[in-house]
Amino acid sequence: MSFHLTRTDQLLIVDVEGQLIVNNRQEFKQAIIDQIDLGVRTVVVDFTQSAYIDSSGLGALVSLGKRLRDLGGDLRLAGLNDDLRTLFELTRLDSLFPLYASRADALAGN
Amino acid sequence: MRARASRPAALPTADATERREWTIASDVNAITPLVDAVQLLCERAGFSARHCRFNIPVAVTEAVANAIVCGNTSDPSRSVRVVLVVDSRQLVVEITDEGDGFDADAIRGAPHAPDWLEREDGRGIFLMRSLMTDVVTELAREQRGHTVRLILHRT
Repeated sequence: MSFHLTRTDQLLIVDVEGQLIVNNRQEFKQAIIDQIDLGVRTVVVDFTQSAYIDSSGLGALVSLGKRLRDLGGDLRLAGLNDDLRTLFELTRLDSLFPLYASRADALAGN
Repeated sequence: MRARASRPAALPTADATERREWTIASDVNAITPLVDAVQLLCERAGFSARHCRFNIPVAVTEAVANAIVCGNTSDPSRSVRVVLVVDSRQLVVEITDEGDGFDADAIRGAPHAPDWLEREDGRGIFLMRSLMTDVVTELAREQRGHTVRLILHRT
């Protein structure tokens, strides 16, 4: 898995390529926390190039979402395929994060 | 705490069409290559595309990660044994660690639990059960370690 960060002021876009799982979730989480500590308040994670996520990856997203909410920000997820949407629905985490069909929708917040 | 057998179950052997076995180190970086190999065998065995790209990789990742991190406490002197058997009816992936085990039946974390949405961990067994036809746990046959057996029927 690799990820790419693009920051503009308080907005951070994270492109995830590959699987977000137990062996990389800490690196992923810490990279975003570092940006939150530098002032980022809205994080859009784009999963268009991601195959699947395990419970560790979900846990990292839960933790980041909570951290952002506590600071008045939010975590938005975009580009989830049907499998990833199923994962969020099964775990009911779709009630915790707004899921957007595309990055453009996530950036617009609609 | 030692694991308890949740029910008797054995690997299918009579009409097995494919059987593979791996022993991997207690290193989470060993998970992806293993899962890739399992996924390839599932595709060759004719399981549905969704099962091959989603159900099986996620469930196997969860089980092997549990074996490495929880079962073997990431101890490099311990390993994880994975056996895959595919027959005309089902896929069975058996994951055995060298740890003290746990009682999976006692872990019934589910989305209706009060802290479910806020917790960072604790969704792995729920996901395995949601994505597989059945999940069975028992003491390893050698009386050392813990076995999780993932069973997926063909649909």
